[in-house]
Formats: sequence, structure tokens, C-alpha cells
Amino acid sequence: MQVFLDQLWIARFALWDGFLLTVQIAAASILFGTLLGGIVGIQLSYAPWWLKLPFRLYVDIMRGTPVLVLILAAFYIPSVAGLSLGPTQAGILALSLFAGAHIGELLRGSLQAIPPGQAEAGRSIGLTFPQLLAYVLLPQAARSALPPWINTGVELIKGSSLLSMIGVGELLLKTQEIIGRNFMTIQFYVFAGILYLAINIVLDQLGKAVERRVGQH
Amino acid sequence: MDYSLHFGAVWASFDKLLSGLAIGLGLAVVAVAIGTLLGLLSAFASVAPYRALRSLAALYVSLVRNLPLLVLVLLAYFALPQTGITLDKYQSFVGALALYSGAYLTEVFRAGLISVPKGVIEAARSIGLTRLQTNVSVVAPIMLRNALPSLGNTFIGMFKDSSIAAAIAVPELTFEARKINVDTFRVIETWTVASGLYIAACVVIAMLLRGLERRFPKF
Amino acid sequence: MDKQQPLLAIRGLTKRFGTVDVLKGVDLDLDRRDVVSIIGSSGSGKTTLLRCVNLLEEYQGGDIVLDGETIGYRSANGRRHRFGDRELSRQRSMTGMVFQSFNLFPHLTAAGNVMLGLRKVLRLPKAEARAVAETWLTRVGLAARADHYPSQLSGGQQQRVAIARALAMNPKLVLLDEVTSALDPELVQEVLNTVKSIADDGATLLIVTHEMRFARDVSSRVVFMEQGRIVEDGPPEQIFGAPKNQRLAAFLRNTRH
Repeated sequence: MQVFLDQLWIARFALWDGFLLTVQIAAASILFGTLLGGIVGIQLSYAPWWLKLPFRLYVDIMRGTPVLVLILAAFYIPSVAGLSLGPTQAGILALSLFAGAHIGELLRGSLQAIPPGQAEAGRSIGLTFPQLLAYVLLPQAARSALPPWINTGVELIKGSSLLSMIGVGELLLKTQEIIGRNFMTIQFYVFAGILYLAINIVLDQLGKAVERRVGQH
Repeated sequence: MDYSLHFGAVWASFDKLLSGLAIGLGLAVVAVAIGTLLGLLSAFASVAPYRALRSLAALYVSLVRNLPLLVLVLLAYFALPQTGITLDKYQSFVGALALYSGAYLTEVFRAGLISVPKGVIEAARSIGLTRLQTNVSVVAPIMLRNALPSLGNTFIGMFKDSSIAAAIAVPELTFEARKINVDTFRVIETWTVASGLYIAACVVIAMLLRGLERRFPKF
Repeated sequence: MDKQQPLLAIRGLTKRFGTVDVLKGVDLDLDRRDVVSIIGSSGSGKTTLLRCVNLLEEYQGGDIVLDGETIGYRSANGRRHRFGDRELSRQRSMTGMVFQSFNLFPHLTAAGNVMLGLRKVLRLPKAEARAVAETWLTRVGLAARADHYPSQLSGGQQQRVAIARALAMNPKLVLLDEVTSALDPELVQEVLNTVKSIADDGATLLIVTHEMRFARDVSSRVVFMEQGRIVEDGPPEQIFGAPKNQRLAAFLRNTRH
């Protein structure tokens, strides 16, 4: 144990950097994913079929493809297309596209669960469609989509560990580098696991608490 | 950008991709089969009249669902040998994925259990079925039928997660695709075909599941 | 059989839900072939009484003796011990229960619903269980629906399957809990006719009902419950024609309009 604590002390900055990068990647991905998902969800719910089609295609491709394949594709493809993305940027791109599809579906489900009378009531008092969305439909949908949205955060924290496979120095890669030096395999994988659990259980509990509050109304 | 599409190099290795797809499906089938047993046990534990069992089930779900699958896989493959248990890469991956899917399936089966109407259980008790007989002959069939769609979705999710076996060099679809990508530099073609294969497999599985759902009577 | 001994003897039955006394000392006897209807406003404890007899509810005091056998609890050293699962299940199979909301097994056909208890509890071979099930489904007029699932049957048909399911077990006593309350009005009569015909065949029935005309028609005795007690017990002519108790008279006025 003492040996482990010594090694942990030596590795503290590397682990902290990795932990921070994991959280930053997940935060950036949920931000972009939410912006993207907002557009996707609205299009899937209200657009005419020809406009809906490309969004439907996007969502289905993202949901049928493993996240790791998205990450590898985002890592390798931009270079041949003449874009230079670093591994971290490629990873955030892949996770954002994944989250966008996921959140888009969530939002579609929530929007479609709103009773049609709400939109009719909004129109009957003369709201335009953007006003209807902003003041009547989105606030209601956001409410029911909030708990699963928080859960998407858990998925992104977990998904960010896959970026270790394209050389992003997040928590898992840092852990592997440390293990490569001191061969304390169990100890450091378990330690990394505890850090992942710490973030995710907080998010998980937050999601459950919000769900209880939303469920009350 | 001067990149023109040439699928020839990818088609040349298409058999590798197909065998990789088959390996991924095999991993998922075995893992979800074991995970179903784990999930059933843990779901019944989660509604058991004993607090200790309920806590144990809750702990299992919460621990495993909040860990990245890759961490579980690396623990099983690289860390377990330190404790004297050495598994090959297939066994470690199936073990990790079984544990992982079991946590998701616990919630699937738990929701199925809760959906069985109380009155139907009382009717079974009232004709003299014991608790065990009621669970086997009445609760389990209704729960499984109600859980079938979510069970199918979980299976599709686990099949996609079989891609993570690439991290420990299991030659499944993603691993093979990455190899072709590095060997040929037909980057766009490789990942389009790999992704297409995953999507096609998911669509076929989903269709088979819809068929299965139709074959069983709806309640 | 001993003519003196009633088939069902309930003595001083008390039941509490939390702090609410639902049954405050109920005494009731049923002889073989008796058809007894329990009437009373909701919350009077009628349904709870039935569920206690079927051992679906635990109760705090009193005894239920069915055909000479004290069911649910045994007493030792002045303390009451509830029987284990196996013994309770055996005792439950001696009474049949028909529920307000049918509670058919949704994953089994009509015949499958009737057969489950025959196979698992009475351990009949499959062919024999099927034959018994078909006999009973014919008896309730549903021979042609034997292989239909509950979702393919009307409410009235489902309730008749539930009656067949209860009677096929050859119970000593059948408990019917507001069996027509969940039905559309036009389906009520077919179920009441089925109950009437099994009563005419000599089954012993304990019925909770809101159908006053039916209670009057079918019963050998009617019992009026009020706030966890039996307030009046007599032949239907007396209960409906010349009620002694003021509350009963008021209850009958209100239900008749």
C-alpha cells in the first residue's frame, strides 16, 4: 500500500491532467451535442419529410455505428480531406456527433409527447411558430428530457475513455502510461475506475434527483 | 483535396471484415447470454423482501453502469493475471461484456417485473400456486414478454460495444478495419464500409427482433 | 359429513391496515350449498373479508375454519404463527376466487388459464387438465374461445373464463368479489347468469356485490356490513323487504334511488 501511495504521489500531476481533460472533453461534447441535438430534434419533429430525411439518416447512422468506429473515423478521415485535427479535437468531434444524434432523438421523443392541444392553444392566441417553440413547446420538452440528458453526460464520460486508443492523454491513457512505468496494473486501473465512478455517480444521482422532481409535477 | 474513392483495396479484404463481424456477433451473443442470467438474478434480488439482496443488486448496477467498458476490459485482461486468474483475450472480453450487460439487463428485467400487474399475481396465489410456481409460471413469462423490446435493444448496444474488443487485439470488425486503414490508407472507404456493416447488422438484428415480438402474443 | 359443522366458520375476525381497523370482529357461518351475498357501502370491509378468507391478506385476530380446518394460522403457546408458503398455497386452493378485474394470465389462452392450477397444483396430466378445462369452458359457454388469449376476449368473456378457472379447481367454497363492477353495462347480465347457474348446481358461494336485484335473486342469505362489522344477517326477503337496522334501510334507499 505504501508503495502504491508513493507511486500515486509521483503520478499525481499526470492523473490530474488526465482527469481534467476527461471532464473537459465530456463537457465540450455535451455542449456541441446539445446545440446539434436541439436542431435535430426540432427538425425530426416538425420539418416536412424531405427536410427530415437527412436528419433521420444522420441519427440512424450515428446510432447504428459503434462510438469507437466514429472516433477512429474522425481521427483518420479529416487528414485525407485536408483538415488537420489533433486527436483531442477529432475525439470531441466524434463524441459531439454521437451526442447530437442521441440528444436529437431524446428531444424528438419529448416534443412528440406534448399533447397536441398545447400547440393548438399557442396558435390560437396568435403565437408564431418560433414563439410557440420558445415559449410553449421547448420548455415542456426540456423538462422531461432533462434526466436522460444528464445521463448522456455519463455516456460521454465513459465514451471519452475510448479516446485513449487514438492517443488523447485523458484519464485512461495517463493511467496506462503510469502502469507502463511502475507495473502496478490492478492498483492504477482500480484507481482510475474510482475516479470515473466518482464523476458518474454524481451525475447519475443528479439525474435521479431531477427525475423525481420532474415526476412530481 | 485530391482524394478519389477506390474501394478495391477494401473489397480485397472484405472477407476479413466479415469474419470480424461474425466474431463481434459471437462475443455479443455469449456475453448477453451470460448477462441475461446475471440480470435475471439481480433483478429478482432487486425486488426481494430482503434489504441485503436489494442493496447488493443496486450496488452491482451502480458500479458497473458508471464504469467505462474499456476499463472493465483492461482490468479483466491485464489486471486479473496479477491475482492469479489468467484469461485469454476472448474470455476477458466476454467476461467484461457479460458483467456490463448484466447491469443494464437488471434494469430491463426490473422494469419488466414491476410491470406485472399485482392482481395477476394474486390470481395465481389464489388458485394455490406457491411463490416459486407463481414466479416461474406467471411472473417470468409476462416479464420476459414485456422486456423483449428492451432486451433486443440492449443486445444491439452490446453488439456495438463488441468493437471495444479491438483494444485488446481481438480480430473483430473494428480491429480489422483499423488494420486495413493503416495498410491501405483507403481511409474513407474503410470506415464507410465498416460503419455500413455495423449498421446493416443492427438493422437485420432489429428486424429479427420485431419478428420475434410479433410471434409472441401481445398482452 | 357432519351436518352440525358449518363449511366455513369465521370467528371474531379483526384486520388492521396501519392504524385503520378494517374488520372489527366479524362472525359468519356458511353451510354447504349456501349462497351468501355481502352488501354494504364501499369501505365497509366486504372485499377485505373475502381476501382474508382466500388468505391474500394477513389478519390480526380471530379464526377462519374451513371444513373443520383452521386456515392461515396455527396457534402454539398462545401465539399465532402464519403458515409457510407451501401450506398457505394448499389452503388457498381449497377456495376459489373471482376478482373484480378478472386478473387472467395474459400470456396464456383461456384453456391455459384454467389448466395452470390443474397442472401445477392438482398435478393432473396435460390431457386430463385440458379435458377438465374444456368441460368448464363449455359450462360457461366459451368452448369456442378455448384457444383465445385474454386480450382477444370481451370483459364479460374474460370474467367467465375467470369463473371457470376458479371452479375447475373444485374448490369447497367460491369467493366472488364484485365480479361485474368492471364490466360495461351490456356485459353484466351474461356474467350474472353464469354465477346464477353455478349456484343452481349446488356450489357454495360467498359474494360481494353491488347488484341488489341479483343478490335478492340468487342468495339464500344476505349479510349487510357497515364499518367493519356485520350489522344484519338474514334471508333476502327480510333484508330487502323488512330491514331491521336503520343504516341498512338507509343504504337500500340510497342504492335504489
